[in-house]
Amino acid sequence: MTQNPNSFRNQPDDRGHFGDYGGRYVAETLMPLVLDLEREYRAAQADPAFKAQFDDLLEHYVGRPSPLYFAERLTEALGGAQVWFKRDELNHTGAHKINNCIGQILLAMRMGKTRIIAETGAGQHGVATATVCARFGLPCVIYMGATDVARQAPNVFRMKLLGAEVVPVTSGAATLKDAMNEGMRDWVANVHDTFYIIGTAAGPHPYPEMVRDFQSVIGIEARAQMLGRTGRLPDLLVACIGGGSNALGLFHPFLDDADVKMLGVEAAGHGLDKEHAASLLGGSPGVLHGNKTYLLQDEDGQISEGHSISAGLDYPGIGPEHAWLKDTGRVEYTAVTDDEALEGFQLLCRTEGIIPALEPSHAIAAVAKRAKDMDRDAIILANLCGRGDKDIFTVAEKLGVEI
Amino acid sequence: MNDNPAMTASNRLSSTFGKPHPALICFLTAGDGDTAANLDALVAGGADVIELGMPFTDPMADGPAIQAANLRSLGAGTTTAYVFAIASAFRTRHPDTPLVLMGYANPMVRRGADWFADQCKSAGVDGVICVDIPPEEDDALGPQLRAAGVAPIRLATPTTDARRLPQVLEGSGGFLYYVSVAGITGLQQAAQGSIAEAVARLKAATDLPVAVGFGVRTPDQAGEIARVADGVVVGSALVELVGKHGKDAPRHLRELTESLAKAVHSAAKAST
Repeated sequence: MTQNPNSFRNQPDDRGHFGDYGGRYVAETLMPLVLDLEREYRAAQADPAFKAQFDDLLEHYVGRPSPLYFAERLTEALGGAQVWFKRDELNHTGAHKINNCIGQILLAMRMGKTRIIAETGAGQHGVATATVCARFGLPCVIYMGATDVARQAPNVFRMKLLGAEVVPVTSGAATLKDAMNEGMRDWVANVHDTFYIIGTAAGPHPYPEMVRDFQSVIGIEARAQMLGRTGRLPDLLVACIGGGSNALGLFHPFLDDADVKMLGVEAAGHGLDKEHAASLLGGSPGVLHGNKTYLLQDEDGQISEGHSISAGLDYPGIGPEHAWLKDTGRVEYTAVTDDEALEGFQLLCRTEGIIPALEPSHAIAAVAKRAKDMDRDAIILANLCGRGDKDIFTVAEKLGVEI
Repeated sequence: MNDNPAMTASNRLSSTFGKPHPALICFLTAGDGDTAANLDALVAGGADVIELGMPFTDPMADGPAIQAANLRSLGAGTTTAYVFAIASAFRTRHPDTPLVLMGYANPMVRRGADWFADQCKSAGVDGVICVDIPPEEDDALGPQLRAAGVAPIRLATPTTDARRLPQVLEGSGGFLYYVSVAGITGLQQAAQGSIAEAVARLKAATDLPVAVGFGVRTPDQAGEIARVADGVVVGSALVELVGKHGKDAPRHLRELTESLAKAVHSAAKAST
């Protein structure tokens, strides 16, 4: 089979570059390991037994395929295009994160690694990692910014129940990026036995490609489900973007469907002219955490703190494939503020009886804006990548409610 | 421009490593305390090469001491322009002492690799150590540094196997920096036996001088390593003195540097 040179689905190149982005910007200590990981990933891709085990766990442990759901009352309320949701919030552990964790822990075991580390912001990736570690009996250390540990007590307790050691990170600004720094420091000191399960489609090659591939189950299912239910493809895909793994998981299988438009929604926080976490719309290219991509940074290349009401979007970088998709124009990117996301959150609660996480609430807010201006027979498919149980305290506080 | 034709980047480093004794390489973070006074104290104490750290918000390869120094420096408002001003002024005061910049990719490539290489050349910087640009990503900075006559100094580690080593050496200059432990700066110390073995392996593969760093804190350790290596790098122990003593740091830095230099310079060099 020859590769179509015009395909948007054949990135990255053999050095892990998505156009000018991506790559392997890591310390020499990690470089041999990253190369090993790539070799092992290629071997796993060619091994039917690996895929069979991955698929089996997704079906019977995670609960896939997740439903494709027509949001009838939301559609009526918006008065425009039909709105459909891919229900990845119904997965075990309540978000899309588990898809990737299953894939990576199987790879870790193939490589003979006996200890797992991960970083987490809000705690969703930490919980998903702790979950698969419990499932396969591997010890697990989760790095989490000290401020997030204080804010996300329920998820910290969940991780501990699952047997993980949660290490509060006090270095730097004590947030997600510092947790990632600390994860890299642990990894570099324990390369011989440790596997780092990165939670989003970022980091050194092959992580961005590998995480995208594991998450692509979202788009592969959704594409088949949509064709089966409506006989056609959607007109517009919408997903929120922090590091960007849920969006890539939905978008990637559709990238060569020229008539399907795509919209990635970043977190505009208090506004793009104020504190935000929109690396693509409000940042510029640079190098951090193993890859070249868009970053929030100052003129000297010092990294800025991201801000979003959603801790899962609160990261000053983005996966390198999104950087490339932005520059090529294949995917459109927009941003939604904290307040708009809160409205999207409440809108979905009231119209559909679904409490979404604050992350996809950004996607819902963007859907609400777009649907109105589209024909009634047009179809929007948005990824509902997480459920909102974890966010009720944040939302209550913002709404001035004491619980 | 550095207008001293007698001393260019490449020959400052090569003449230093050409001396009959091993080199003491001292690290400080730029903009942490009175850097000019602190660097002068290192030179006065006997440092052969200065490694000047460019502060970064996310120093992923550094342990607590240098992380704290990065934050102190950035907190004091250090900019890239100020780092080059420190380097430039150092070059004027110490025309013959090699100065290498050490840091992370993003601040180095922010305004373009050409700009950075040009600034290095103008400031009289002899070499650049970039933690997170491995040979696989050399295009990001290597060609520009080499074109400007600034040595891209590569790192080799305990995980750099024989298969990889030629790639690490290709295009590298100045000296080879052997990171003696798989880990971050300032914490563990590698066993002397493993260092001797590694340095011998590296020296068999390259004519570049080999310096050893990470976890070297005391004159005794430095002296032991100097018996087998061409250079010894000390960082965290010095940076801690800056954090602890502030304005009084130069006196303490000089004292420690003197004892390190004595140990390093008196070690019998295994090879030249």
